[in-house]
Amino acid sequence: MEKNIIVAGVGGQGILSIAFVIDNAAMDAGFHFKQAEVHGMAQRGGAVQSNIRYSDSEIWSDIIPAGKVDMVLSVEPLEALRYRHYLRPEGWVVSSTTPFVNIPNYPETESLLDDLSAIKNIVMVDTAHFARAAGSRRAQNMVMVGAASPMLSFEEDRLLNFVEKLFARKGEKIVAVNQRAFRFGRAAGLFFHGLSDAGVTKRDALRLVGKLDPETIDGNLSSAWAKAIGDDGSGLAAVLAADKAVACDQAAAFT
Amino acid sequence: MNREILLGDEAIGLGAIHAGISGVYGYPGTPSTEIFEFIEQRTKKAGDVHAFWSTNEKVAYEEALGMSWAGKRALVCMKHVGLNVAADAFMNSAVTGTNGGLVLAVADDPGMHSSQNEQDSRYFAQFALIPCLEPRNQQECYDLIFEAFELSEKIEVPVMVRLVTRIAHSRTAVTTRSPHPQNELKPDKQIRKWTLIPVNARVQYKGLTDKQPELLRLAEESPHNSLELRGKSGIIVCGLAGNYLFENLEPDHNYSTLSIAQYPLPAGKVRSLVEHVDELLILEDGYPLVENTVRGLFGLEGIRVRGRMTGEIPRTGELNPDIVREALQLAPLPTACELTGDLSNRPPALCQGCPHTDSFKALNDALNTYDDPQVFSDIGCYALAALPPLEAVHSCVAMGASIGMAAGAAHAGYSPAVAAIGDSTFSHGGITPLMSAVQQNVNLNVLVVDNSTVGMTGTQRSMSTGTTLDQIILGTGISEDHFRIIEPIPRNHAQNVEVLREELAFDGPSVVIARRACIEALKRKAI
Repeated sequence: MEKNIIVAGVGGQGILSIAFVIDNAAMDAGFHFKQAEVHGMAQRGGAVQSNIRYSDSEIWSDIIPAGKVDMVLSVEPLEALRYRHYLRPEGWVVSSTTPFVNIPNYPETESLLDDLSAIKNIVMVDTAHFARAAGSRRAQNMVMVGAASPMLSFEEDRLLNFVEKLFARKGEKIVAVNQRAFRFGRAAGLFFHGLSDAGVTKRDALRLVGKLDPETIDGNLSSAWAKAIGDDGSGLAAVLAADKAVACDQAAAFT
Repeated sequence: MNREILLGDEAIGLGAIHAGISGVYGYPGTPSTEIFEFIEQRTKKAGDVHAFWSTNEKVAYEEALGMSWAGKRALVCMKHVGLNVAADAFMNSAVTGTNGGLVLAVADDPGMHSSQNEQDSRYFAQFALIPCLEPRNQQECYDLIFEAFELSEKIEVPVMVRLVTRIAHSRTAVTTRSPHPQNELKPDKQIRKWTLIPVNARVQYKGLTDKQPELLRLAEESPHNSLELRGKSGIIVCGLAGNYLFENLEPDHNYSTLSIAQYPLPAGKVRSLVEHVDELLILEDGYPLVENTVRGLFGLEGIRVRGRMTGEIPRTGELNPDIVREALQLAPLPTACELTGDLSNRPPALCQGCPHTDSFKALNDALNTYDDPQVFSDIGCYALAALPPLEAVHSCVAMGASIGMAAGAAHAGYSPAVAAIGDSTFSHGGITPLMSAVQQNVNLNVLVVDNSTVGMTGTQRSMSTGTTLDQIILGTGISEDHFRIIEPIPRNHAQNVEVLREELAFDGPSVVIARRACIEALKRKAI
């Protein structure tokens, strides 16, 4: 077993906090691991990445070779595209759809989402939406750990334990916000994945997830929703027209 | 025995603490900064290790040498270009020799992630005739520090531990051991050893050269230099380059390999490899030091030596597993998609609300009456003012070089000769060129952007900020009328431009301090 992940984002978005959770979970689970990161000049609002590798046997290189990356885990949609050429053919992209715009030639959001949607193996999560719902916009990185967590090799509780350790110094409230962000991200990721598997287009899946009450999202309900909105997405308009967030167990009401 | 997740830099730091250092010395510089910071944090409570950033690398090295003289163990750490600054003390410390163990941890930056060159510090070890250890992973970072101190005390010379960015800034679990106690105070009063007047220096230098066969023997016998003879195709790997090789090979590969992590180069082992193979690939992250040494001027008869000089490995830049794979003539692994070049770049930039933005906006406007004015700048966050949107500075060469270069340009008749430098860089390397310029009454204008911290490397303590900085500048003898202080905030823009214009118009040396704290440092409560 070997897992190689490129965590991507912009300096200041909390890439190293994501790495902290995965590194510690890997060590705790008895794996070998290595994690290369970026310090210094590039951290000043530039594109940053961290290479995380864990395995049940010895790891040589700190940098992941091209073609051995299992997952690009990105806190930012433009940054998700920057490392795709390192992915192995069946590798996954797990990306936030919340743009971080600090350059003049940042692409239009629509075309960016189209580019991401064209990737076959992708999970997309609107991290700003779920972090806000969890209680802090700063918790977007933990939304992403949650979204990626079903594809990592650790039990949910092991990861949540290190989310707690990471924020323990900042008090119980911050811990709770970040653990909630993780859970929202995990549920949203599983739900998106399920919709996608059931044939819902990725853009429609994103729209639907955005309309559901974050507290209620449950990956197990994705097939019911896929049925509700139909292969052609014709049922989606009714959901989007609802005047407030829709509970996830209400798919039947729209079928 | 314990296990901790550590960066390579932190593993060096913890190794040094456990090896019984009494002092750590250094000046911040990526990728070395975290060595010092780790030791500073970890020993703060016990207070038993002197840990205070030095004014520059030369000062740091001399302080470490003094601690060695006193019989205690000292670690001095810096980035590769920092060793240029410390070179005078460094070279001569090999000639005096040491007393307490003295280890220099120097972090090179192949690929120039955060540096102005990618010079290879192994040349400096060779130049000074001292041993160099090159860890391949974070565990070796920890372990080799123990060995480095033992080696230094055994042969009484400083020992270099050479890191590269990819080891320095990569983490893994490191197993630690029980700490070595600190040495007792035991000053070395052998006056002739430490007093390098020619009559003594000749004796000392001869003594250093006499130690060389022993250093070579230690490298030959070192378990860190391991030779494994298999097929007729040979590969020498230095330091972490071995990781990139073994990443690409199956365990039952047929290459003969020599892994090197202790220098001087173990000539006997190299010879054994050369005599066994008919082609040789050399992989090293840095300059082609081993490659050029092994090939010599005229090459090895009957053996093709390949590496950076022959194009199998790019002549410049950081090594990685993909480059090594290609050099091994293995097919690239399939990937999900090709690299497309049309993605918007996201270069680093000054932070939102950074005082430097306001300083350089004011400087740009003050200079707008001149035809294509050029500004000499320095090492620090403000080098980012070279990029759009500010495009306010036009050089960045070496610590303190802004002032020296502006003075030289002024000597040549260039006007206005403007230098821009940060507060910490000024204390590191800007004081002496300013003294020269003031004493010569050179027509130059120095803008000191005083943000009260060493910003780029993570808000370490600045040696000369606020009134200390003012007193140092006035102490150079500059006229008080041409020593001005402005506050770089958007509201003050017009008056700041005016102050700068007045000083630009003055025919003589002037200094304007733009003083406002780094917002990142304020956020971190570092100042």
